[in-house]
Amino acid sequence: MSDESRSGLDAVDEGVLVEGAASPYNEAPPEARNDHASVAALYQRFGGAVVRHQVNAGGQHVVFVDPSRSLEILTWLRDDAEHRYDMCSDVTAVDYGAGRPVNVVYQLFSTTHKRALRVRCELPLDALEIDSVMPLWKGVDWLEREVFDLFGITFRGHPDLRRILMPHDYAEGYPLRKDFPLRGRFSREEQTRRALNQDPERFYIPEEFEVGGAVQEVRLPPVNVTAAPDRGTTAGES
Amino acid sequence: MTQKTVEFAVGRNPEMGVDGRPVPSPVAPFDIPEPDLDSEHMLINIGPQHPATHGVLRLVCELDGETVVRVIPHIGYLHSSFEKLGEYRTWNQVVPLTDRMDYLAPLIYNCAYVMSVEKLMGIEVTERCKVTRVILMEMDRIFGHLLWLGTTAIDVGAFTPFLYSFQERERIYKLHEAYTGARITTSATRVGGMMADLPEGWTQGLKDFLDTFPDTLAEVDSLLTCSGIHIGRTQGVGVITAEEAVNYGLTGANLRATGADYDVRKDQPYYDYETYDFQVPVGQHGDCYDRYLVRMEEMRQSVAILRQALDRLPGGPMNVDDPRISLPSKTDCMSDMESMIHHFKLITEGIPAPEGDCYSAVEASKGELGMYVVAEEGSTKPVRWRVRPPSFVNLSAISKLAEGHLVSDLIMINASLDIVLGEIDR
Repeated sequence: MSDESRSGLDAVDEGVLVEGAASPYNEAPPEARNDHASVAALYQRFGGAVVRHQVNAGGQHVVFVDPSRSLEILTWLRDDAEHRYDMCSDVTAVDYGAGRPVNVVYQLFSTTHKRALRVRCELPLDALEIDSVMPLWKGVDWLEREVFDLFGITFRGHPDLRRILMPHDYAEGYPLRKDFPLRGRFSREEQTRRALNQDPERFYIPEEFEVGGAVQEVRLPPVNVTAAPDRGTTAGES
Repeated sequence: MTQKTVEFAVGRNPEMGVDGRPVPSPVAPFDIPEPDLDSEHMLINIGPQHPATHGVLRLVCELDGETVVRVIPHIGYLHSSFEKLGEYRTWNQVVPLTDRMDYLAPLIYNCAYVMSVEKLMGIEVTERCKVTRVILMEMDRIFGHLLWLGTTAIDVGAFTPFLYSFQERERIYKLHEAYTGARITTSATRVGGMMADLPEGWTQGLKDFLDTFPDTLAEVDSLLTCSGIHIGRTQGVGVITAEEAVNYGLTGANLRATGADYDVRKDQPYYDYETYDFQVPVGQHGDCYDRYLVRMEEMRQSVAILRQALDRLPGGPMNVDDPRISLPSKTDCMSDMESMIHHFKLITEGIPAPEGDCYSAVEASKGELGMYVVAEEGSTKPVRWRVRPPSFVNLSAISKLAEGHLVSDLIMINASLDIVLGEIDR
């Protein structure tokens, strides 16, 4: 077999792994911390609370921090003059499935120093709670609500934590978790039946009726979802 | 023909006074208390289906008279969980989901997504591909802003700009169609390149557009910029300071109208944006009028970028020359054994990614559009694909912007934020 015919097939087997690409479960070497001023400073100041540091995708710095001290660390990152991450572009979460911890991810950007940093916190599945960063950045209001809605993570101290994309009384769980089946918890027949039987008043949320004394006029029926999920085993089906 | 007789039940005849006018019968007693107009707040509901909400958006407003006290936006009517769907698709199969989010500027979303995946995988696209993507993204910035311009002008009562801007949009639709075969659902990008090379004569079509578009824009400008009605409806409405805007996460024209000059193309450049000669327009007052001015100037700057990009568009291949990433040509597939194997592997398995995560942002027409992709070792599907939606974050500031304004101003503020509900609800 000639070399030319071997190389093409081998290439397929090898995948597109880049030489020396960082793996999220392998820490970046300690000297890489000095490539990013904030990472080095974080290690110096919060040594014990910084769990891991990675360099991903060609130079994006990711810092894993202790969720119990996340608010303290993020406050410092926003306020310290050397760093000043005044913009929190995104708050989201990642569920890797198989019982592994759910990660909350903050994308920070400093408009002063033109520098980006990603902060991640690993939350074990039995304690999906973290401090809200609403006091720091008002823009995370809906982003945290979305994570709460789709992942079921509670943000302590968020003033208005309720579902945002799903109906406010949705009781089937958290759609973006890996244990949630792609087609929902119920069969198509059951979903249709529920849709046809629902009460249109259900779409009004109680808070809206506080003003004008309308809350007495519309009584919200109790929502009762107790039926066993009969599509629960089809999680892998697409 | 039958005749119908209608009988009126007539009560007693009113008594006539000396002047021939009816004398009102005395209603006793007269001590009805004056209603206390300040005490009661009213709850009104705008949407979800209303032309002024620019999509399926529901705004529940608490009003004191005609003044907005509080706005509670309700979203999620278009929620189809694209991010969940993406986890069940290979990297390339996610592309069609991206243009269904912002259907007003679909190519920006196509390009932003593959850019992030390529960064994650460490793929460097060809020079021709880079410039092509810049062209497509700038073209769709104009495309998105034109829709905003037309619909917002209608909201303040100016109908003509709508006709002008939609005529120009139609020309971009034609360019979309000539290249991708679709007007809205373009799905033009692939990991490592584009779905096809630009068709012959396409760049000439774009040049023709660029030659005449600035004239139309100037005409719309003359209709709105100095119009007393437009100024009266927009100046001083929905004001936010630069510091607050950054704190609220506003991006795009909404942020730049406040005077903050954050633009992803300048601050985190991609695709050699630092080598293009263009200005980032910023406003001063952070009101609806400045947002309008910023978007108008952005369209002119996009025209300048497009001219430069067309000049430097190099020849050469569009896709990366790597059989593990790019599909071989159909001819090769049918005649060459190895190409057929590569084709089969790519279609059935997809492209394996290295372990890690990548967030990459582009300046979309609505603001900073971030694509965050997470992969496990060798996974051909994303573990998590997250879109940082610019108009989702922009809309969340509407309560802050609309407080204390009139209901009619709320409509203007909502329009000036330039939202697209397909992307907010995802």
